[in-house]
Amino acid sequence: MSDDHVYMTLAEGHEDDTRWAYGTGFEDPLQGVDTDVPDGVDAQELAALCVTLADDALVSAQRLAEWTTRAPELEEEVALANIGLDLLGQARLLYSRAGQVDGTGRGEDAYAYFRDAGEFRNVRLAELPNGDFAFSIVRLLVFSSWRLAHFERLAAHRDPVLAAIAAKGVKELAYHRQYAAEWAVRLGDGTEESHRRTRRALEQVAPYLGELFTAYDVRDEVVAVLSQVTEAAGLPMPVYRPLPGSGRAGEHTEHLAPLLAELQGVARAHPEATW
Amino acid sequence: MDTTHSSPPGADGAEPVLQRHFEATIARDQRIEPRDWMPEGYRRTLVRQIAQHAHSEIIGMQPEGEWITRAPSLRRKAILFAKVQDEAGHGLYLYSAAETLGADRADLTERLIEGRQKYSSIFNYPTLSFADVGVIGWFVDGAAICNQVPLCRSSYGPYARAMVRICKEESFHQRQGYELLMTMMRGTKEQREMVQDAVDRWWWPSLMMFGPPDDASPNSAQSMAWKIKRHSNDELRQRFVDMTVPQAEKLGVTLPDPELRWNEERGHHDFGTPDWDELMRVIKGDGPCNAQRTERRRTAHEEGAWVREAATAHAAKQAARAQKGAVA
Repeated sequence: MSDDHVYMTLAEGHEDDTRWAYGTGFEDPLQGVDTDVPDGVDAQELAALCVTLADDALVSAQRLAEWTTRAPELEEEVALANIGLDLLGQARLLYSRAGQVDGTGRGEDAYAYFRDAGEFRNVRLAELPNGDFAFSIVRLLVFSSWRLAHFERLAAHRDPVLAAIAAKGVKELAYHRQYAAEWAVRLGDGTEESHRRTRRALEQVAPYLGELFTAYDVRDEVVAVLSQVTEAAGLPMPVYRPLPGSGRAGEHTEHLAPLLAELQGVARAHPEATW
Repeated sequence: MDTTHSSPPGADGAEPVLQRHFEATIARDQRIEPRDWMPEGYRRTLVRQIAQHAHSEIIGMQPEGEWITRAPSLRRKAILFAKVQDEAGHGLYLYSAAETLGADRADLTERLIEGRQKYSSIFNYPTLSFADVGVIGWFVDGAAICNQVPLCRSSYGPYARAMVRICKEESFHQRQGYELLMTMMRGTKEQREMVQDAVDRWWWPSLMMFGPPDDASPNSAQSMAWKIKRHSNDELRQRFVDMTVPQAEKLGVTLPDPELRWNEERGHHDFGTPDWDELMRVIKGDGPCNAQRTERRRTAHEEGAWVREAATAHAAKQAARAQKGAVA
């Protein structure tokens, strides 16, 4: 038996090969979908909504990427990366849609790399540092519960592109929510330490809940999920203490600018480069 | 090694027969499976090799993982994120393969953190620019493939099967790395310089990935006889050089070896001698990033302890509640 044919294959050129790794396989994400803005839909409003949802996803994916090589177990390493990749994929589709409809023709990277913190519209919840695993799980639980409820409604949006992106996202977000809920229950129920940490995480996210409930009224659904999970975990429901300001208006915590400096640094150092 | 089973109890008298059966299986090029009898040395060698391989996947996430948050386009970010995730997956399969030999993942992780088990020396070098991501894909994954493709025919079934899947994914990664470099070489002058600089830094450490030269590789002969290993270090190194030289020409970079040239007579490229003293220093723990890599793994493991304990405690409580429910 010889391995030569394998090495020959490896040594050959593969410029036409578009079979990329999981979660990366799209060149034209909106292929086959009618990309005209339907009558009665305000293009600028649609673009703003897409950017808002993309910013939430990109900033969350960046925080999830920070877990890489730091997760408590290899299975969590894989799962957190999966969720990060899903959200990164959603961000890319949404930025592409925004660029098509806002009249600028910008590509996804223009939105991600060449806007400053004050131009980002993500909720502040997404930009908070990862903290411990309990905080990241509780944040993910809140974020994915909200985003899932929101995307279920957006799947019926009058813009067919946004509707298609949302429909795809619903399947992903259902998994994210389930993953976070299972861990929240494990941590709440597990040991004294894990209970204490998770309880504290719930207190820490509480001030950032209000900001989520602006566009579509999904508050009741999110609260129902949270109360079900906290009950199963033996944890108290977080108490609302809304903070002034809103990430949706470009008012951010001190944590967003450093996050973006890291995300954008290489791209901005080489603005003429192609990658 | 205390993590491995010894021969089954009462097998002593039957051992010569079992040994003959084992040798016959190897001679027929058939696979040894977890429940088959195997000599203790075979088991120990495999656990060591598979654990080192698993550790290499996990430590190998670090040099490239550092660039996920900084990748300069969303497409590259997604590709790199997925690649590093694949490495975690490879680590998982390989630890599972080691567990079929009686090893325990937690124990192997302790050994890694305490420096009692090794991982590939290549991951003790730093990643200094985004071009390193491409060069690691091209050289390091390329070298890993040269090493690993023959392992798909390794005599131990679970290892061989894990390697089939891993090799497919590695060859993906290699192409992605090469494609990144192609794109950068078509870009700005600075980008081309970044690529050449990364090539200069990674070439020799990549050649060292095949291990010391054959005349200084003490474990190789037994591993070849057991068909755990199929080709010598020097054969595989030659294969890698022959495969890479035309790719470098096509890319437009120079491999940093003045002795590198085609030898018509041999039908292979001649090339210079890697600095074996450097390899020995890095293996012994004195490479540029050894301490940093192990420390990161230790921190993640220690900081995750309360999470793993919580999961265990919850599972135990669930089981107790289920039992109570069943009794009641």
